[in-house]
Amino acid sequence: MHNLSIVELSAGLHSGEFSSIELTRLFLERIGRYDERLNSFITVTEASALGEAEAADQRIRAGEAGPLTGIPIAHKDIFCTSGIRTSCGSRMLNNFIAPYHATVVSRLKAAGAVMLGKTNMDEFAMGSSNETSFYGPAHNPWDEGLVPGGSSGGSAAAVAARICAAATGTDTGGSIRQPAALCGLTGLKPTYGRVSRYGMIAFASSLDQAGSLTRSAQDAATMLQVMAGFDPRDSTSADEPVPDYTAALGQDLRGLKIGLPKEYFGEGLDREVGQSVASAIEEYRKLGAETVEISLPNTELAVPTYYVVAPAECSSNLARFDGVRFGYRCEDPKDLEDLYKRSRGEGFGAEVKRRILIGTYALSAGYYDAYYLKAQQIRQLISDDFNKAFAQVDVIMGPTSPTTAFALGEKADDPVTMYLSDIYTIAVNLAGLPAMSIPVAPVAGRPVGLQIIGNYFQEGRLLSVAHQLQQVTDWHRAAPDGFKA
Amino acid sequence: MSLEKSDVEKIAHLARLAVSEEELDSVAGDLSNILQLVERMNAVDTSGVTPMAHPLHMVQRLREDVVTEVDQRDYFQSIAPAVEQGLYLVPKVIE
Repeated sequence: MHNLSIVELSAGLHSGEFSSIELTRLFLERIGRYDERLNSFITVTEASALGEAEAADQRIRAGEAGPLTGIPIAHKDIFCTSGIRTSCGSRMLNNFIAPYHATVVSRLKAAGAVMLGKTNMDEFAMGSSNETSFYGPAHNPWDEGLVPGGSSGGSAAAVAARICAAATGTDTGGSIRQPAALCGLTGLKPTYGRVSRYGMIAFASSLDQAGSLTRSAQDAATMLQVMAGFDPRDSTSADEPVPDYTAALGQDLRGLKIGLPKEYFGEGLDREVGQSVASAIEEYRKLGAETVEISLPNTELAVPTYYVVAPAECSSNLARFDGVRFGYRCEDPKDLEDLYKRSRGEGFGAEVKRRILIGTYALSAGYYDAYYLKAQQIRQLISDDFNKAFAQVDVIMGPTSPTTAFALGEKADDPVTMYLSDIYTIAVNLAGLPAMSIPVAPVAGRPVGLQIIGNYFQEGRLLSVAHQLQQVTDWHRAAPDGFKA
Repeated sequence: MSLEKSDVEKIAHLARLAVSEEELDSVAGDLSNILQLVERMNAVDTSGVTPMAHPLHMVQRLREDVVTEVDQRDYFQSIAPAVEQGLYLVPKVIE
């Protein structure tokens, strides 16, 4: 039952083959059995999950259910949940109980999805390996000595191990797509503004976007249908109609123009990962798509630009954590300045501190033009590269990550090497475009992701492109050995 | 750009972030490495390029100037480290 897709689970619930209570108990039992090895959950909400499952069963019996009613999912611990701790992977918020739900949480709850708990993540979503979490790293179910990726590493590990049916994530520089790639999942980062940021703890507000980690594109369409839409509580929410994503899945691929950026297949890409991605692209040719070589000339500048824009926004956003109104407060502060400095110094981990300091420096008097202004100008050039490409092609494809999952600890002490592992995902956030990662042929037992980038608000197109491949290949069905039973 | 310990102290003060004496060297090293990465931006001439602040070029939405939220002070203060009579407590600021 744990291997079934959301659509299959929903059919089983509606036909009365099993109840949401039974399904929820099964997943809770699997969390109990496996999560000690994975550390994918920070908080498991057993009692409220069973209550929600019972309510879902009543809705189903009353004929008032939707496609997500009764489906057990998990939320990345960056989404505020009223009455349940929201830690953001940080000591700073280890005691934080939000007074309201994030819009993503309310929408999924209203749709009848059952929340099993809150998943592990890099502290404040700053990291690519889940190793910066205050709660310790999550482990990759394909090999527990490997990282699951990050920052949505707990969500990825939990969905890959089949201990929840789907999970939410957030993506500021690749934090949904890279863990999806490293754990063999379908990850969707929608267009900036497509999904509300209300109640999603802010890291870099012009880049942050919520999305999902699922086992298929069809499941991703079901999740996005509920998550997407205008929210007056988010000042940058897009007021655009939400199409029927499931209905769009059947779109034919004949004549689809796929752009292959030469910069995404050059130096730095692992040879076998490159071959795996190329063989998936070959499948697309068989399905009738055309491929065109394109160029995104400013690709190399995406990581440097991001490490100005994101830290600058983070240094501003994280100023709110001051030990006064909520969150961690140091012991015996001697004055107000000591209260601020020690609460923040003790409450934040090393990576968060590095980014606050870089951002503070980049925005400080005398340096603004050299760093922040320059970065915003290059951001425009990167965005122009994509606009030119989309005048020529329908979607862009390439690898999600230059390598398969790396070992825990391998890059933890070298921030710059860690940053460069996001080379193919970061430009998409700077431009605000939607993108997905879907699993293709693994390399030495380790999952590989194909990244598909679309034009603004073309999530329906992306989902259909992903779904069509998943109709003729089985890569997305592979489950890690230790978690099949 | 390479940062000295004294630069880190200055930035840490601006960010109101305690960085211990023992951490200063390694933080200065890490930040210098990051700035070296960032300085690859200088390879491109950006004169005349309009800076991009936001992906969707949106303008700020306005709404009617009416009350939309109710007073929930007690509820919000229930998660504060220290409050008294509806006020947040901090160490004495004025002698």
